[in-house]
Amino acid sequence: MQTHGLAELYRQMGRARAFELAVERLWRRGLISGEMHLGTGEEAVAAGVVTQLRAGDGLALTHRCSPALVVRGVPLVPMLREMLGQSDGLCGGRAGHMHLSSREHLVACSGIVGASLPRAAGFALAAKRLREGAVGVAFAGDGAMNQGMALETLNLAVAWSLPLLVVCIDNGWAITTRAGSVTAGELGARAEAFGWTVARADGLEVEEVQRAASELLARCRKGKGPALLHVTCPRIDGHFLGDPLLEQSRHLTGSAAKQTLGRVMSAAVSSGGGGALQRAASMVKMVGTMAKARRETGRGDRKDPLRVAHQAVKRAGGAVDVIDAEVEAEIASAVERALAGIEVRDA
Amino acid sequence: MAEVSAGRTGSSAAPRAVAEEKRLNMVQALNEALADEMARDETVLVMGEDVGPDGGVFRVTEGLIERFGNKRVLDTPLAESGIVGSAIGLCVGGFRPVCEIQFMGFIYPCLNQLCSHAARLRNRSRGTFAVPMVVRMPYGGGIRPPEHHSESYEAMLANTPGLKVVIPSDPYEAKGLLIASIRDDDPVVFLEPKRIYRAFRQAVPTAPYEIPLGEARVAREGSDVTVIAYGAMLQVALASAKKAEAEGISVEVVDLRCIVPLDVQTFVDSVVKTGRAVVLHEGPRTCGVGAEVAAAIGENALLSLLAPVERVTGFDTVFPGALLETHYLPHEERVLAAIRRTIDY
Repeated sequence: MQTHGLAELYRQMGRARAFELAVERLWRRGLISGEMHLGTGEEAVAAGVVTQLRAGDGLALTHRCSPALVVRGVPLVPMLREMLGQSDGLCGGRAGHMHLSSREHLVACSGIVGASLPRAAGFALAAKRLREGAVGVAFAGDGAMNQGMALETLNLAVAWSLPLLVVCIDNGWAITTRAGSVTAGELGARAEAFGWTVARADGLEVEEVQRAASELLARCRKGKGPALLHVTCPRIDGHFLGDPLLEQSRHLTGSAAKQTLGRVMSAAVSSGGGGALQRAASMVKMVGTMAKARRETGRGDRKDPLRVAHQAVKRAGGAVDVIDAEVEAEIASAVERALAGIEVRDA
Repeated sequence: MAEVSAGRTGSSAAPRAVAEEKRLNMVQALNEALADEMARDETVLVMGEDVGPDGGVFRVTEGLIERFGNKRVLDTPLAESGIVGSAIGLCVGGFRPVCEIQFMGFIYPCLNQLCSHAARLRNRSRGTFAVPMVVRMPYGGGIRPPEHHSESYEAMLANTPGLKVVIPSDPYEAKGLLIASIRDDDPVVFLEPKRIYRAFRQAVPTAPYEIPLGEARVAREGSDVTVIAYGAMLQVALASAKKAEAEGISVEVVDLRCIVPLDVQTFVDSVVKTGRAVVLHEGPRTCGVGAEVAAAIGENALLSLLAPVERVTGFDTVFPGALLETHYLPHEERVLAAIRRTIDY
């Protein structure tokens, strides 16, 4: 499989990020409803892996599905129309942001944690029988690897020698619990114990992800059994958009943070309740929690994969500004077309 | 509105007269119930996804880990089958676990443990083992979320022998029913209407109290038609009753509280009095709780009926996306129309 140059990978990452940010703006305007799980931080995984897929490969994704869908070439306007709940959306408005699917692209997503693994395994079995050389690919979080259905797939895929690649996107979290506190051992070692071929990559380095994915996919296509790609990356926007701890910790001067601060201050000086020491201890704990939240990778931080790729392209003399401008124009145009005919009532 | 009594006053009037009360929303009332039972009984544990430092996705378990420690408040992996499966083992080993499933839409991986083990162990072991477990979960619509976060499949669980299915309708009910569920010696599925979680506050006694499982209550007295509801739909029933009153129709409202065990007597008595019945729930219509209630009315009050039993329910479709939610969920106009049909029959 042909590898893509860094500039093209950066463009795909930029498209994925710009799409997520556009979704965020629509969500903040109240045009998309419900919890919104952005895939910000996963761009290098999406670009590195999905650029290595061929037509005929099947892709099972998660509740953070859009970065991979954007890279896969699923048309943007129907995706946005779907999230906006429109009947001409990608799935007729029935799927929402967690359950996008496209027959043409052989992709299907599920918000149920861990569900992507058995689904991709089934696709891999079908591929093995009907489309030699094609593979099934599942994206799954580190938290998902503890679901029974994920562990069943670790067994099944080896027992049936499936052309299956599982990409474990390890952001260190199981919703709002540290994944490490509820996970035994190391995930790669776990898969190895079942007989999987395992590679590890840094999700900040898109070329490294691409290399690893390319090698594992080549093995799968040759019928050498399932493979796991374990990639670490940040979860930039929390479990879902609007996570109050993240938002307020990052925007200490914002209105929400000020409101919270006001409540905390009035509680601190109120007459009822605990003593001075207890109050001081609570304040210290609260400040500590916020400081910890501020240390989570944010957009544009040193550990934001998009920034890492941006700088790498720049160092290599690539036309970063041109790429950025083209990406921005593409997404802006998609949003404009997606909003056609929708009554927008901004506050 | 004539607020009635069953369970509101309790049998022992003396302590209640001096009882302290606080105005709580449902989340706070549930939190109090958990804390009270954990303080009273060291074998009560809380386990589930994010129930520890995070306090649960809806903050029902907030503060419990600080108060009771991480040996009694267990953050679990994202693995519902493991949560309920290991809770069964905890029961056999001497504990009373209260599991939280983050949304009812995440229940399916644990149905094997719930339906083929928790529900059957007592029968299978001829009473040697009991499963004193509560499985709590937010259910139902009303917050316009994505799929898997709105379903109301209580009928599926009610159709599983061996499980009790409890659904509180307000903060007072929530505390008393959860305490009774925790003290119950058999598995209870406790469905929490998430749109009532923070919808309103209500006076809730500070001291622990039980509302017995399997006793429905008359939530509003009336004489022309009985509306039978539970969970989030109770508020819709009460609001509809108020509107019907303006039209000169007197509506009695029964809050089922429990789908299993189902208190047939209370709603049959009501229908014998009024002669008309409307069953209201947000879960799908076919083989729903409404069908069971209508059948029970047919068996026990047929000759009292002045009109066919009406059902106002969700539709036989997957719970739709946000834009269609208000259409899917039964609302006052649909209830009123059903009430009028029973009157005009």
